[in-house]
Amino acid sequence: MIALPAPKPEILARRAEIVTALQALVPGDGVIAEGIRLKPYETDGLAAYRQMPLAVVLPSSTEQVAAVLRYCHEQGIRVVPRGAGTSLSGGALPLADAVVIGLMRLNAIHEINYADRYAVVGAGVTNIGITKAVEGEGFFYAPDPSSQLACMIGGNVMMNSGGAHCLKYGVTANNLLGVKFVTIEGEVLKIGGTYLDAAGYDWLGLITGSEGQLGIVTEVTVRILRSAEGARAMLAAFNSIEIAGAAVDAIIGSGIIPVALEFMDKPCIHACEAFAHAGYPLDAEAMLIIEVEGSIAEQDALLARIKDICARFDPISLKVAETAEQSLAIWKGRKGAFGAVGRISPDYLCMDGTIPTSELPHVLKRIGEMSDQYGLKVANVFHAGDGNLHPLIMFDANDADSFRRAEAFGADILKLCVEVGGCLTGEHGVGVEKRDLMNVQFAPHELAQQRAIKSAFDPAWLLNPAKVFPLEGALQPAIAAE
Amino acid sequence: MSTLIAPADEAGIIDAVQAARAAREPLTIAGQGSKRGLLRPVQAARSLSTRALTGVTLYRPAELIITARAGTPLAEIEATVAEKGQQLIAEAPYLNGVFATSAPPSIGGVVAANLSGPRRIAWGATRDHVMGLRFINGAGETIRSGGRVLKNVTGLDLCKLLSGSYGTLGVITEVTLKVLPAPETSATILIETPDLAGAVAALSAGLGSPFGVSAAAALPQRDHVIAALRLEDFAASVTYRMEKLRDMLDGFGAQRVMEDGESRAFWRSIREVEPLQAMPDEAIWRVSVRPSAGPHIAAAASAIDGRVLLDWGGGLVWIAAAPSTANHAAISAAAAAEAGAAMLFRAPESLRLAVPVLPAEAAPLAAISARVKEALDPEGLFNPGHLRAA
Repeated sequence: MIALPAPKPEILARRAEIVTALQALVPGDGVIAEGIRLKPYETDGLAAYRQMPLAVVLPSSTEQVAAVLRYCHEQGIRVVPRGAGTSLSGGALPLADAVVIGLMRLNAIHEINYADRYAVVGAGVTNIGITKAVEGEGFFYAPDPSSQLACMIGGNVMMNSGGAHCLKYGVTANNLLGVKFVTIEGEVLKIGGTYLDAAGYDWLGLITGSEGQLGIVTEVTVRILRSAEGARAMLAAFNSIEIAGAAVDAIIGSGIIPVALEFMDKPCIHACEAFAHAGYPLDAEAMLIIEVEGSIAEQDALLARIKDICARFDPISLKVAETAEQSLAIWKGRKGAFGAVGRISPDYLCMDGTIPTSELPHVLKRIGEMSDQYGLKVANVFHAGDGNLHPLIMFDANDADSFRRAEAFGADILKLCVEVGGCLTGEHGVGVEKRDLMNVQFAPHELAQQRAIKSAFDPAWLLNPAKVFPLEGALQPAIAAE
Repeated sequence: MSTLIAPADEAGIIDAVQAARAAREPLTIAGQGSKRGLLRPVQAARSLSTRALTGVTLYRPAELIITARAGTPLAEIEATVAEKGQQLIAEAPYLNGVFATSAPPSIGGVVAANLSGPRRIAWGATRDHVMGLRFINGAGETIRSGGRVLKNVTGLDLCKLLSGSYGTLGVITEVTLKVLPAPETSATILIETPDLAGAVAALSAGLGSPFGVSAAAALPQRDHVIAALRLEDFAASVTYRMEKLRDMLDGFGAQRVMEDGESRAFWRSIREVEPLQAMPDEAIWRVSVRPSAGPHIAAAASAIDGRVLLDWGGGLVWIAAAPSTANHAAISAAAAAEAGAAMLFRAPESLRLAVPVLPAEAAPLAAISARVKEALDPEGLFNPGHLRAA
């Protein structure tokens, strides 16, 4: 199991007093301290790891967040920020002596400005909630992680979330203008604003993706974009992973940047087809979903070009959606991929490494070999344009050995990603899951540099401890959690 | 004049930093020196330059990335990617005219200043496309952040922290940038609007359209204001979208369309701030605000006999006016009143030393800022006093 820092005994001993103090800072029903009501907070989207927190506090304003942080800082209490808890890397895993600060009540949309194309929203507004608020005027918020119905913008900022459409629209960091940021001392800072690129250090860029290590974001100013006139998908299936990879290279080489370019391998195609009946070709070794945007005529022109390119690679199936409904059908299987794999395996781990796309055939072949070696099935679905892999490793959580093997398999995949020139995580974050692999990607002095920057924000290391950085460098001794 | 050290490899940069550390002597950090006139002048006996660290080290067109040593001229990188039908995304400016220098901008300098051109409004800033970099910190260690892939959230994003840090946090030795296919063609619509408010409203309508406007600027003339909006894409798309855009913007004023060649030259001139026609003895300010506040900033500039050029839909206001502390105060106050930020971009050294060239950070942020600087450059070797007075 994952090692967590030893709880501070003096904090555990003062639990009742701390809860009372928190209740004074966040009156009403904003503090949760009873076992049964704490239970939902013991884990997040990475449910294999669990730990009950000291208490959960649900502030309703930035001022309350600041007051709670000020108190925790004075008292030396660790804090774990939490949005919707959809992190797949254990980013919101509590500690026994930590107060979880849940941001879901900061769910107001404060301002929408279409002329200047931004929206100011609370950290607890869901990702889809932003798009829902502006779609009536034809606008949207671009990053679309697959958890977008549930995940919250504050969590998106902390993890620098991506999605299926970042090849064209970028990730969270590329779609922000400003944040309201609360330091561990409880100071409220305005970072950025409603404008682009003022000179000075890029604090917004540093905070984005910092996984709760530097402070807590309570309010976010996002760019909103006008939606394209329309979008349509096509499906192309091939006889081998190598051929599909070559087709991806040829599409991008032709000057077309599709708005989405998704890749599925055979096990994934089968799982998705059984789940969604999307009409995927079951004899294919690899399949691409390619989406383009524009007017109907523009869609037709781009899809015809892509179809011509794909035709050069002996496709076993080429299907261009004629209508928006057919397009949705093509996407249906892909969007349900995680659920589909969940149906054929009791549990799965979703890896998230990124590789240079030229390494794709090599990496997928090695993953196949590892699958045999570990005796665990794996399905691959990923964002082909940017090389962000999502191998889904299937295991049985009731079988301790199966889980141990799945973890080791996952670690081997990520080491392979780094070895071929990629990285440990493309969009899910390091969290607690990949913390101990950071030594694979970074040299000790590079991690020390990142730690020193974290210390500049959080000298006592109270913010989201035991995440991102390997535990041996943390300030507290390590023990094994339950 | 300070002594120039320009090592030909990263090891030489490390040696120079170690030597400065041992001697406790600060360094001016620079690339080719094309932006020497930016920010507060650095007082240092020695200048460490990356100008001899040149060359593209990795270019993978199909993976949309290029890696180059920091001193590589921007033009060389642009030429390399153009050969494969690609381009740097943020359209970084050269500014040789602004700073009256023949020094070619280096890619490290472009990243260290996070400078972006007109396309920034639609496709992101230079910092958005820095996928990885190597830099030397104040301890003389090589630090890597990011990598050579397009999606990477592993660890703190030091690429963004170093981008726009003007050599004050580390010496960037190598950068990896995302590139994209160059568009097949481009076209620009010019609209003659009565005033800046009308021009910015036209830009806003265009940027809020589904037609993929990739640049939007406003150029005040003697008795009207020209609003300019660019489209870049496959030829058929540009033709179709231009027609739609013309229909949509019909009510804003008389229209004229510039085809590809003319359009490219036009946006190059906007990128280089040429239409501002700043006199050699004038100062230049750069104000970032929400686009609809651009005209208010322009009014404040007008009150001090300044002239303006608006880019990024109205949200980037270039101002030329007489270099004085009073003018700086007026422009800074106007920016602050609109919740924006002003930067003194070009001015005689005396003015740059006399006023805060950048807005101050709030006290708690300034404290964090000082600690971050210390974490990266504990001895304060790199470009001391470049951003703000000590």
